[in-house]
Amino acid sequence: MSRLFMFEKPLGMRDTLPELYEKKHQVRSAIAETMKLWGYQFIETPTLEYYETVGAASAILDAQLFKLLDKEGHTLVLRPEMTTPIARVAASKLLNEDLPVRLAYSANVYRAQQREGGRPAEFEQIGVEYLNDNTVSCDGETIALLISSLKKAGLSEFQVSIGHVGFSQELFMQILGTNGRATALRKFLYEKNYVGYRESVQSFNLSSIDKQRLLKLLQLRGGEEVIEYALDVIENDKGKQAITELQELWDVIKDYGVEEHVKFDFSIVSHMSYYSGILFEVYAGNVGFPIGNGGRYSLLDKFGKNATATGFAVRLDMLLEAMGGGQTETTGHCILFSQEHRKEAFDLARKMHEEGTRTVLQDITGVKDLDAFTKKFAGTTFLIGGGQR
Amino acid sequence: MKDVLTIAMPKGRIFEEAAELLRKAGYKLPPEFDDSRKLIIDVAEENLRFILAKPMDVATYVEHGVADVGIAGKDVLLEEERDVYELLDLKISYCYLAVAGLPDTKMNEVAPRVATKYPNVAEAYFREQGEQVEIIKLNGSIELAPLIGLSDRIVDIVSTGRTLKENGLVEYERIVDVTSRLVVNPVSYRIKDAQIDDLVARLHEVVGV
Repeated sequence: MSRLFMFEKPLGMRDTLPELYEKKHQVRSAIAETMKLWGYQFIETPTLEYYETVGAASAILDAQLFKLLDKEGHTLVLRPEMTTPIARVAASKLLNEDLPVRLAYSANVYRAQQREGGRPAEFEQIGVEYLNDNTVSCDGETIALLISSLKKAGLSEFQVSIGHVGFSQELFMQILGTNGRATALRKFLYEKNYVGYRESVQSFNLSSIDKQRLLKLLQLRGGEEVIEYALDVIENDKGKQAITELQELWDVIKDYGVEEHVKFDFSIVSHMSYYSGILFEVYAGNVGFPIGNGGRYSLLDKFGKNATATGFAVRLDMLLEAMGGGQTETTGHCILFSQEHRKEAFDLARKMHEEGTRTVLQDITGVKDLDAFTKKFAGTTFLIGGGQR
Repeated sequence: MKDVLTIAMPKGRIFEEAAELLRKAGYKLPPEFDDSRKLIIDVAEENLRFILAKPMDVATYVEHGVADVGIAGKDVLLEEERDVYELLDLKISYCYLAVAGLPDTKMNEVAPRVATKYPNVAEAYFREQGEQVEIIKLNGSIELAPLIGLSDRIVDIVSTGRTLKENGLVEYERIVDVTSRLVVNPVSYRIKDAQIDDLVARLHEVVGV
């Protein structure tokens, strides 16, 4: 191993410098306020969890988990996402009354990176989990809250694409049964390999109608009309039920008045294997990766509770990238004082702090370059020598 | 800028075939398009921007979203495993990945060595055959490796087989057929859906099923 330089950080770890911190804080506050207004309660969970429980239940790939050992030799993981830890707490404590529960969080999560840069290994997610309510209203509220939060944060152009895990599952069941061919197709969808999917479908011994139906799946994305097209493709009851759910969800979304941000996409499949109903991703035009995602999941069974929930998580780093870098103006005031005016300076600072003005007290003998220093503030007061200048 | 579609094109061998395909699909590309040395070419009348990249890097640009779509060889997609949609087989630049070596030779039993530009593909292939091999990554002139004793086998692209022949090498196994594919960034696929659907439909028409 080569010797590390003093400035080096582990792969994928990033510093947040004051300017970015400030922006991140503003965005986080705006979103958190919205969530609180909607009645979601914030919670925190530990950074470290057991590999056997949270690590295994989480759908994040094993290779992406940071692992370490505790003194007893148990494997620990740095939490790779927040949904699983929250499912753990909820199933063991918060769902005892069997009522709907609305939780929110903003926390750093950790995912080891194998590849080159451009992907942080530690990043902040802010999100909600709406637990133990299996209504379409719950799904709708989650999506409406997501949209409202992003708008409050200051993002204007974005799109939420909604799919349903049940649809492709049932379509494959209807046409292919439970054999390996369905698994093969699912793998192609997951890998986003539509060429392989199409070749596979063509190679199957199926009626041309069924082939067309399987191929149609790849084109089912767009507005409300897609739901109609999907109904033509699916025949079995569970599949139709998935469509009916989406139809109802669309009505809920329209009643919230946020339909301009919503589209449907039946080709969305997730590596998050615990999803059991709708699932969605959020896109902003100028960022190459989704800025958030969510869906309905059955993860609570893994912790012994028979209930489902819907949640979403927004990646703060991606969201900030989507919002672009507005120039942050120099703000705050600076009082430069010499020893003989110390008390006077402190009194003035206290007054300004009470007024809510960000004010820095600086002993003038501690500054080498006065011009460079005062440039960082919107205003400066000198309390030095023979009096105020 | 919002409506401009950025296309990452592979420089070199595939470029001409790809450009021809786009012209057949009805895109009006300027005549100087083909021999320009610029890395970024804007075609305002078609609302397109082309970036010219190393073939091996096309999927990387698309994954990060700095290009909305790209034309990349299947070999690159297999090697790089980037998170992009592979929407269409363009059926151009046909070739295949193969295992080759000196005639009538066996792999070293203790430490079988394979030289290649495609370490991931090579490793996965030999693992599937139940063999653990040592991979030596090279960046070009792969045929040299067995000739001078660097490796027992190579994994490389074969199009006509002439290079192998002229260097006295023979093909042992064929791994997978390779053609160029249209790849799309997952976010662009949703946000610029109309433009991308149009591009796919037009190319689909030209390529056939």
